Amino acid sequence: MSGALSLPARRTPPGVFVALVLTLAIGWLVVTLDGGRLFSLPTTVSLLHVAAGLGLVAVGQTLVVVGGSLDLSVAYVVSLSTLVAAETMAGDDGALLPAIGLTLAVSATIGLVNGLLVTTARINPFIATVGVGLLLKGYLDNGYDGPAGKTAPALVQGLGYQRIGPVPLSFLLLLAVAAAAWFMLARTRFGHHLIAVGGDPELARLSGVRSNRVLVTAHVLCALCAGLAGVYLASRLGAGAPRVGTEGLYDLESIAAVVLGGTALAGGRGGVAGTVGGVLLLASVDAVFNQLEVDVFFKQVIRGVIIVAAVAVHARRAMRKAS
Amino acid sequence: MSGLLPSPLLALRGIGKSFLGVRVLDGVDLQVRPGEVHAVVGENGAGKSTLMKVVSGVHQPDEGTIEFAGAPRTFRSPREAQQAGIGTVYQELTLLPERTVAENVWLGREPLRRGLVDRRAMLGRTAELLASVGEGSLPPDTRVGRLGVAQQQVVEIVKALALDARLLIMDEPTAALADHEVGQLYALVRRLQEHGMGVLYVSHRLKEVFALSSRITVLKDGRAVTTLDTADTSADQLVRHMVGRELSSYYPDPAQPQELGPVRLTVRGGGNRKLRGIDLRLRAGEVLGVGGLQGSGRSALARALFGAAPFSTGQVTVDGAPVRLRSPRAAIRAGIAYVSEDRKGEGIVAGQSVLDNALLAGRAVRPGRLGRGARTARVRELLAAFELRAAGENQEIRFLSGGNQQKVVLARWLALAPRILLFDEPTRGIDVGAKSAIHDLVRRLARDGAAVLMVSSELPELLGMSDRIIVMRDGRIAGELAAGATEEDVVALAVGTEREAAG
Repeated sequence: MSGALSLPARRTPPGVFVALVLTLAIGWLVVTLDGGRLFSLPTTVSLLHVAAGLGLVAVGQTLVVVGGSLDLSVAYVVSLSTLVAAETMAGDDGALLPAIGLTLAVSATIGLVNGLLVTTARINPFIATVGVGLLLKGYLDNGYDGPAGKTAPALVQGLGYQRIGPVPLSFLLLLAVAAAAWFMLARTRFGHHLIAVGGDPELARLSGVRSNRVLVTAHVLCALCAGLAGVYLASRLGAGAPRVGTEGLYDLESIAAVVLGGTALAGGRGGVAGTVGGVLLLASVDAVFNQLEVDVFFKQVIRGVIIVAAVAVHARRAMRKAS
Repeated sequence: MSGLLPSPLLALRGIGKSFLGVRVLDGVDLQVRPGEVHAVVGENGAGKSTLMKVVSGVHQPDEGTIEFAGAPRTFRSPREAQQAGIGTVYQELTLLPERTVAENVWLGREPLRRGLVDRRAMLGRTAELLASVGEGSLPPDTRVGRLGVAQQQVVEIVKALALDARLLIMDEPTAALADHEVGQLYALVRRLQEHGMGVLYVSHRLKEVFALSSRITVLKDGRAVTTLDTADTSADQLVRHMVGRELSSYYPDPAQPQELGPVRLTVRGGGNRKLRGIDLRLRAGEVLGVGGLQGSGRSALARALFGAAPFSTGQVTVDGAPVRLRSPRAAIRAGIAYVSEDRKGEGIVAGQSVLDNALLAGRAVRPGRLGRGARTARVRELLAAFELRAAGENQEIRFLSGGNQQKVVLARWLALAPRILLFDEPTRGIDVGAKSAIHDLVRRLARDGAAVLMVSSELPELLGMSDRIIVMRDGRIAGELAAGATEEDVVALAVGTEREAAG
């Protein structure tokens, strides 16, 4: 038993960063042999833009997954948010802040509904959030055939295209949101309680944690992150886009990034740092394939293999720990 | 002397509690003094756990009063009891394996500094608490999942201390501990005692009870039979208080010597994670009873013989031929059937029909061996012979009573004409009428030449049904008893009051 104690108490960094470095190294090698350049300025910028959009959604997703829940409505929240933002702005810089405020308020309300369905109504999170997602899809399909509204020029120039060296402003926004989420999990009571609720809701309740309230809050935060991703996409596209969320597969890819980052789907274990690693990994794979001009279907197959392999590795590790 | 005794920390008076009309606790009086380790002993089902749950606020008593620290209290939830100063270390540990010791200890009450969790204070105070119970070498930032069971228990206790608990309830705290860890727990309990904490200590193991407690309360059938001063009590006296009631039910006649057939099953040196050195012989025509406490290995033995949690060492023969029972499938092929103690979890498929449940094993293991129609006909015959009460064979089994569900499970196995039958608590949760029908059936199966092994925690059933009894303790066969043994004999073997050669 004393042997167990002599092991380091600190956790090793998530393996996803090792995978990320390997992917970039191998990717660079293959792309170079192919006669391309992986780390050219345009490729790097585009990689970081992809990471920013997916990352904002995935950081929010991390919070609900750590709490033992799930949000599959995020893709529709993203689409809806681009529309709310762009239509409210209508190309007017003066309407910028009210439009962002309204977008976030709408997102938060959807998150609240998700959270209440999961906790108070005790509906399985998968079913509840898919249901809410379909509801939003109905509204979007019915109301919109194509792009609508016009994003305020200031937002397009700022969040959409401004960058510092190769790093877009949007990626810095992602880092800031991720840092805030990390801090919340590590240093606030809410964070501690959320992880406990994910680990064992009944145990948390018996320890005096208001499990439902904690999980509802996590759902609201998750939807807010998706809303923020919507604002960012509106800034890139210059308008609201009713299918940008689903076409970007933000629901499944955000969960994939969370799982790649080492967060347990069952909840109670994991964190935001790993998720950012997972997002960068997926974005890098994307960039490599784009450079190689690989067939889209083949790209999806490879992503599937990566995700399944990552989960298998995590599962094996968990088993070894348990035995 | 009695005038100098401190006033009690906890005083229970006339506690009564019923579940679904069954009286589980009846007028229980019990007092714990500060700094006292008060043991509660009794057979399975005597009401120990329910009593502990009443004190810890999980259950509310139907009658009676709880006085704690001089004031009458009612605890509507575990949280209220905790806040009053009653900590509980449950049988199953309640810690988050992915979180650190400190995070677990302070869950729900994390110390704050400027609105944020004060990690330094959390770690520091945890270290202090650990040091105060003599476990200062355990770093508070270790992940709980890395700790052994004994250390996790220390964390549970420290969690209770962090709540300023003045009374600690320990329910079978040594059940999951290795021998050397038990010694650590003793030292810890004594240290708590020196701090003036009262401890309610529930245990099956009389050795621990005598080593630790100052007084012992014996529960039997929901009543507090007596409270004894440990120093003036012998193990034999205690066992006599724990058992002793008339055999009121009827049991079928045991096997006559001429009815016993050849040896059907032998095990030599069988062992696995839960069992060690199992040697046994099971003859055609006999009912071999298996007694022992919960966790003693009696269910593990049945599961090993059925290949559900197989033996990893030793040899097994069936009808003289060596067999390897690596899976239930292999065991079924060898002619073994198993009726689990966990009917809901392992016995029935709740949402399927009576008929599908009865055909389950046959379809899985011997497809095509009997024609489809013949197999169904056989199952129908059996269900009719058992006088199954159901709306029809297509009714979902979950709507049946426990007794009728069990009949379906039995039909499933008997349809395979097994030669060896393993029953684990065959009458648990079954009403009295159906119980004796199952007892009769078990005996009839033996008469017809089957070899029966029956695990039971109900002593009257064990004594009434068995031709021979083996008693398990700590994964071994502690001893064998012939028919005509008494409840005291079984309990003595199960708790280990008779001196073991190994000490």
